[in-house]
Amino acid sequence: MRALSFITAAYLAVAACVSGMVSAHAEPPAMRGTGDLGIVIERASGSLLIVDTTERRTLSRLEGLGDLSHASSVFSRDGRFAFVFGRDGGITKVDLLTATIAKRIIQAGNSIGGAISDDGTLVAVANYEPGGVKVFDSETLDEISSIPATWRGGQSKVIGLEDAPGRRFVFSLWDAGETWIADFTKSGPPDVTKFKGIGSQPYDALVTGDGRYYVAGLFGEDGLTVLDLWQSQPQPRRFLQGYGRGETALPVYKMPHLEGWAVAGERLVLPAVGRHEVLWVDIRSFEEVRRTKVHGQPVFAVARPGGRNVWVNFAHPHNDVVQVLDSLDGRIVAELKPGPAVLHMEFTPRGHEVWVSVRDSNVVQIYDARTFEKKAEIPALDPSGIFFTSRAHQTGL
Amino acid sequence: MPDRRHIWGWVSVMTAMGIGSAAAQSPSPDLERLVRQDCGSCHGLTLKGGLGPDLRAERLSGRQPEELAQIILDGVPGTAMPPWRPLLSQSEADWIANYLLSRAPE
Repeated sequence: MRALSFITAAYLAVAACVSGMVSAHAEPPAMRGTGDLGIVIERASGSLLIVDTTERRTLSRLEGLGDLSHASSVFSRDGRFAFVFGRDGGITKVDLLTATIAKRIIQAGNSIGGAISDDGTLVAVANYEPGGVKVFDSETLDEISSIPATWRGGQSKVIGLEDAPGRRFVFSLWDAGETWIADFTKSGPPDVTKFKGIGSQPYDALVTGDGRYYVAGLFGEDGLTVLDLWQSQPQPRRFLQGYGRGETALPVYKMPHLEGWAVAGERLVLPAVGRHEVLWVDIRSFEEVRRTKVHGQPVFAVARPGGRNVWVNFAHPHNDVVQVLDSLDGRIVAELKPGPAVLHMEFTPRGHEVWVSVRDSNVVQIYDARTFEKKAEIPALDPSGIFFTSRAHQTGL
Repeated sequence: MPDRRHIWGWVSVMTAMGIGSAAAQSPSPDLERLVRQDCGSCHGLTLKGGLGPDLRAERLSGRQPEELAQIILDGVPGTAMPPWRPLLSQSEADWIANYLLSRAPE
């Protein structure tokens, strides 16, 4: 009898979610896990969808998250809360189970993304204005530390903020061409280590899933810089220098992104800047292995979990196409046409399906990651970033 | 830009009607969407700035539309601002320049 009434209660809660009734006030959540949940950012309306990747459907829609252009998200260790970083300096802590905003703060004028520490206690955000990094208690969103990105030119815009093992955050300074490591191992103010001269205009960065390498992409020159975080005194090392071979770069209508599963087997997969190419680099030697000519300026080159294929989307005006590359030989094995303005791709935790946001069609499409067959489509308003809770357990995501 | 043919059609109608270089008051939903969504990826959806500078009208006051149109078409060397000439015509750039200068605050 008790079991029956529980099932009834769960059914009612789910039904309430479907009809969009849960959102204004918190109701007791239906008993469920969060491992197959995620969010879809609706960039133009300051809202997001809470989605279920098993059922391939929307559970609820949340509004009031501010300016979500270029919004991104990280997750609490228990997979219950999403921390959504908005362009307007907002951090919104979203409870995925009750579909409510647990807390929301505006911490800067203009932000670009964030990270969560390996122990889940610290949430850090990279700011353009004022340039720097701020760090907050993940429970309360109270400010713990502020690190202005000061250099001789003033305060630099900060990009490529990533978590690294041992309560550390690594980030780069767009204007200054520096990478800093902020170490929060001890209580009190962090130990900040600065690496100068890492290259001109670092635009984004990634940390490999093993927490070993921090790779910063450079916009102002042909090349990237890697820091080996396993070394007690890491030295920045330039690689792929001159990959443009002196040819004039093509115009870049959207900055590529590096964060994501960009490691396929023993290869690092990177979007070239100003070239319609994806670059494959050996993860030990950092030598170029090959390059694949692709449809346009790549924005994301994301390896399917496990690394079997790499999915690539493109900048305007080639952004209606997705190409899938084979990690064995770099060949293009599929070309999909999801529609105008494909902005992001997110794999389910073990990579059996991939969700693709198609902004100008107002849909998220769901593909089988092996057969490339479209399985489902869900409506969303100007969808951009898609983030699943499995990120909670991945270094660098 | 969802449909370039539509914009070309619009521009040629405008030209045929003898409307001059820039008609900021004429609506162009496609160009407006391009500005908000695609320019917005660096300048922010509300154009308050990001990796690229703040493009709100109050910040641009005093700038000439011709100057802005030229930046749009030719980009700014040494920065992340690309030349849009391969994708936009002179009259489209003029429209965007006037649109930026006359937008009401959000």
